[in-house]
Amino acid sequence: MSRLIYLDNAATTAVHPEVFEAMKPYFMECYGNPSSVYGFAAGSKKAVEDARETVAKFIGARASEIYFTGGGSESDNWAIKAVAEARKDKGNHIITSKIEHHAVLHTCEYLEKQGFEVTYLDVDEDGVIRLEELKAAIRPTTILISVMFANNEIGTIEPMKEIGEIAREHGILFHTDAVQAYGHIPIDVEELHIDLLSASGHKINGPKGVGIMYLRNSVKLGSFIHGGAQERNRRAGTHNVPGIVGFAKATEIGAKTMEERAAHEIALRDRLIEGILDRVPHARLNGHRTERLPNNVNISFEFIEGESLLILLDQQGVCASSGSACTSGSLDPSHVLLAIGLPHEKAHGSLRLTLSHETTREDVDFVVEQVEKIVARLRSMSPLYDDYCKNVQK
Amino acid sequence: MYSEKVMDHFSNPRNVGEIENASGVGTVGNAKCGDIMRIFLDIDENQVIRDCKFKTFGCGAAVATSSMATEMVMGKTVQEALEVTNVAVMEALDGLPPVKVHCSLLAEEAIHAALWDYAEKNHIQIEGLKKPKADIHDEEEVGE
Repeated sequence: MSRLIYLDNAATTAVHPEVFEAMKPYFMECYGNPSSVYGFAAGSKKAVEDARETVAKFIGARASEIYFTGGGSESDNWAIKAVAEARKDKGNHIITSKIEHHAVLHTCEYLEKQGFEVTYLDVDEDGVIRLEELKAAIRPTTILISVMFANNEIGTIEPMKEIGEIAREHGILFHTDAVQAYGHIPIDVEELHIDLLSASGHKINGPKGVGIMYLRNSVKLGSFIHGGAQERNRRAGTHNVPGIVGFAKATEIGAKTMEERAAHEIALRDRLIEGILDRVPHARLNGHRTERLPNNVNISFEFIEGESLLILLDQQGVCASSGSACTSGSLDPSHVLLAIGLPHEKAHGSLRLTLSHETTREDVDFVVEQVEKIVARLRSMSPLYDDYCKNVQK
Repeated sequence: MYSEKVMDHFSNPRNVGEIENASGVGTVGNAKCGDIMRIFLDIDENQVIRDCKFKTFGCGAAVATSSMATEMVMGKTVQEALEVTNVAVMEALDGLPPVKVHCSLLAEEAIHAALWDYAEKNHIQIEGLKKPKADIHDEEEVGE
């Protein structure tokens, strides 16, 4: 099996060749520290500032509002902890959702131990938060609303604009973890009233280990990493110049190709969803049918377990992921699938396939065929499927 | 993450299926936790296991341990089958990742549950066999 079909682009992506080319000079030729005085370092400094411009322009922000970080998780940690600290005299209440990435959830849990109070909003069966519930959760002490732009497991896009408006009306800061949305769907921080935003390079064909935090100029926050004057005194540490350059190049390509790429991915995504749902009984799509990331497919199969499915797909050269407990290293399946109301046994049988611009129609058709075969094979050895069939006969 | 033997038993599981009018059937596990094993035994009048089959809902390790356990009890007397412990199954598979050890416990428990069913149906006692737990995760979760 020489063919590799990589359908786990929500986990990470390949670096784009143009991104790699753009990064190269900053390893061995233009390696100066952007914070240095001499002329040799000016090229590095310019590269970082140009990158900041590119990123800012892409999300409708000013360059002075973009901070380079070590990745999406750092940005999430920084945004939430720094707001909590900066606003603790105003209040101690944070609102988030039950389907956030653990970088947000675990940070909120950490803050709860420090005396903050956190409301974790439920979501509907498609994974969308309810705006009425959000409004009802707001207290005089609420200092932050953090809701992800789009979910990493089920691809559902949250109503950013409405959440932003509610936050603004109440004078509450609004942070969004946009790691899965950035570079895939349009983002305008002005239009959506976003005050803080996290994004990551390696989800958009950029390098790993680099991310950004957007922080509205009017919001004053403390630093997260101490030890230097970089990033306007807010994020110490020598700039990861090649990473930052790569992030910007990936952003530039992402912006340029977004429309065309989305059209390509949506067509294949829908072909994949329909192909599987048509051919495999007792399967359901998780996440919103249309308010969904262009490249995300998440389907639950009854009577089977996800890890088995992943291993058998791997044997056919298909890389995918699942929300089953066995793949999460705990006894519980994905918190996102439980939050949309799936019972444990259906959450264990979930499969996530995330496409890229390189995915082809042949790939999709091959995967549909393989999924059909593998699910049938696993069901033929599942006692749950036996019990189901016997009950139907009765 | 899995040994070659685990991968072999997962990819080509031995003894998948059902036995009609089995001498003993045991089902253990919990769909909530992501694995259920059902073992069927055909036992002759000399208390020798003539045939053994399984059906399993679960991860790669759950399928592999079921497959290995059925191979290991085949042809043994019920008394000998009791000696097939989870450790023996794991060793036969060249080990399991630590998070998957419970799968081997499940296999041992499924064999015991099938033997218990056989003993009850035939009104006999098998020395050293205890009544199986309905759900092996009950205790495990408390312990964690």
